[in-house]
Amino acid sequence: MKDQNKEVLYGLYDDEQDLLKAVKQANEDHLEIMDVFTPFPVHGLDPLLGLEESRLHIAGFIYGAIGTLTAFLFMTWVFTRDWPIIFGGKPYWSVPAFVPITFEVTVLFASVGMVVTFYTICGLAPGVVNPTLDDRITDDKFCIAFNTNDAGEDKVDKLKSFFSATGASEVNTKTI
Amino acid sequence: MSAVVSPIRVPLIEGGKSYHQITEDICSPTEKTPSTAWIIAFIIAVAGLSFYVFCVAWTIWIGIGSWDLNRTVGWGWDITNFVWWVGIGHAGTLISAILLLFRQKWRTGVNRAAEAMTIFAVICAGQFPLIHMGRLWLGFFIFPYPNTRGPLWVNFNSPLLWDVFAISTYFTVSLLFWYTGLVPDFATVRDRAKGLRKKIYNVLSFGWTGSAKHWQRWESLSLVLAGLATPLVLSVHTIVSFDFATSVIPGWHTTIFPPYFVAGAIFSGFAMVQTLMVITRKVLNLQEYITIGHIESMNKVILLTGSIVGVAYLTELFIAWYSGYVYEQFAFYNRVMGPYWWSYLGMMTCNVLSPQLFWSKKIRQSLFWTFFMSIFVNIGMWFERFVIIATTLARDYLPSSWSYYNPTWVEIGLFVGTLGLFFTLFLIFSRVAPVVAIAEIKHILKSAGDQYTGPNAQKHADKAEKAH
Repeated sequence: MKDQNKEVLYGLYDDEQDLLKAVKQANEDHLEIMDVFTPFPVHGLDPLLGLEESRLHIAGFIYGAIGTLTAFLFMTWVFTRDWPIIFGGKPYWSVPAFVPITFEVTVLFASVGMVVTFYTICGLAPGVVNPTLDDRITDDKFCIAFNTNDAGEDKVDKLKSFFSATGASEVNTKTI
Repeated sequence: MSAVVSPIRVPLIEGGKSYHQITEDICSPTEKTPSTAWIIAFIIAVAGLSFYVFCVAWTIWIGIGSWDLNRTVGWGWDITNFVWWVGIGHAGTLISAILLLFRQKWRTGVNRAAEAMTIFAVICAGQFPLIHMGRLWLGFFIFPYPNTRGPLWVNFNSPLLWDVFAISTYFTVSLLFWYTGLVPDFATVRDRAKGLRKKIYNVLSFGWTGSAKHWQRWESLSLVLAGLATPLVLSVHTIVSFDFATSVIPGWHTTIFPPYFVAGAIFSGFAMVQTLMVITRKVLNLQEYITIGHIESMNKVILLTGSIVGVAYLTELFIAWYSGYVYEQFAFYNRVMGPYWWSYLGMMTCNVLSPQLFWSKKIRQSLFWTFFMSIFVNIGMWFERFVIIATTLARDYLPSSWSYYNPTWVEIGLFVGTLGLFFTLFLIFSRVAPVVAIAEIKHILKSAGDQYTGPNAQKHADKAEKAH
């Protein structure tokens, strides 16, 4: 995907309601949207774009479970196998005393794991320079982008008329 | 987040903002040269921080003997400060996590600054156990790493070690939560900037684009992190209270400690948020985002948690009497009437009596009272920890070893110095990052702002017009 420059035709909208209507219209017209960029999460957009629910929370659960096992089994190993010590006359394997650390490590693993996964799958990291279509997308513009690499003249005209019909305030092209 | 919001509610964002105006209002403080007030505040804060560094160096050079702790009172200002700072560090996560789960939209105005405050407060808190070790360079002994002494592991049954895990997990998770929220806002700042500034903010924003899929994952991540941070924030002060509650010292060995500590932590945390917000909203001109409504909501939380703390104090006294256990009875008699009676009085006045003023709506909505009370509450909560720690230790089982403890200038310097550290960090934060979560504010503008467009919007507008 990265090896080829993309020719992008994009339209900017001023309001999220206009954007939602436009995406609906694009679906009806069978136009293939490359991506939608917004300054904040717009609810109702995901089903229109056919985005599946994120599975990040499942990953989080798995990381958490790994954390639980790591902490609990490690403390068990230390206090029953590696170096058993009696503390206050309690049994070596004093499970209630393991609860706080097990809990903390679970939360730690789940959170760190999820955050690392999030940035990795989104391709975000310090120093990454992702091409932006317009500087105002992080401010107050809502953007629908189409890939027009292999699109013919008539396809581009069709997209342009789609933008003007749905009330885009600006339409531009950019190679990214 | 599509909860039904009553159109009759007071809007959370005032001033008829457009999306662009929001960006402008919140980003501009990071783009202007600092004001004189900021520079003066920064110089004072850095001076405090420098004195802190000096006192730490003094402590390490001389040893913790320079604190005048003694055989009887082994924990003085250091652990008092530690618990005080950790407590303050609870409000941020409470606002950003618990209020997110409860769908309290007013949190968006204050969550960014409150989370920043949390992180800085935890940094300050973490200093004290480390310095208290005396041999700071052996601080890594607290972590269970394979060592050449056996390996001899740390004691996983010790509440002090639970504390290590709790505080470091809490710090890490708060930092990740806060930073992930900041990434889209750093992108907003980046896209307004030019030259070197743009490059710096591009690094900070991780190359954020605002793609729909990214937003979806971002929201999913925020929600799960909030779900994880909620029990975490409750666990942290619970575990701090275990430091005391699992010991066999009368006055400490009580089951009421965990909920009582957590309520106190939220109480003092909100007070610190108020102290900072009342000033920040004015200096950075954010009155339309952090409205009187926000201030009032937080004052209600202060009233509630202050009352919980009050009930806990009275319960302790009652149970001490009712238990018929002389040592417990003496411990509490000593707290109220003993040589440290003044700190008990300060605690009771600041924490239990003074928040009751917030039953009055007028006082809840007054900025002057809010600021004044927030300082009062923080003093009271400091006294609470001092009462619990020093007062209890000074009169132990053996009357022959009773003593009295006064702090030295080094200990006072360390406390004042961490205030310097805290305000230095907060002042830097207010200059480089948007202090209000821009994307989240825009997100609620039309569902909870003054441009409400949801169900019954027209009806509401008509009603408002008729009223005028």
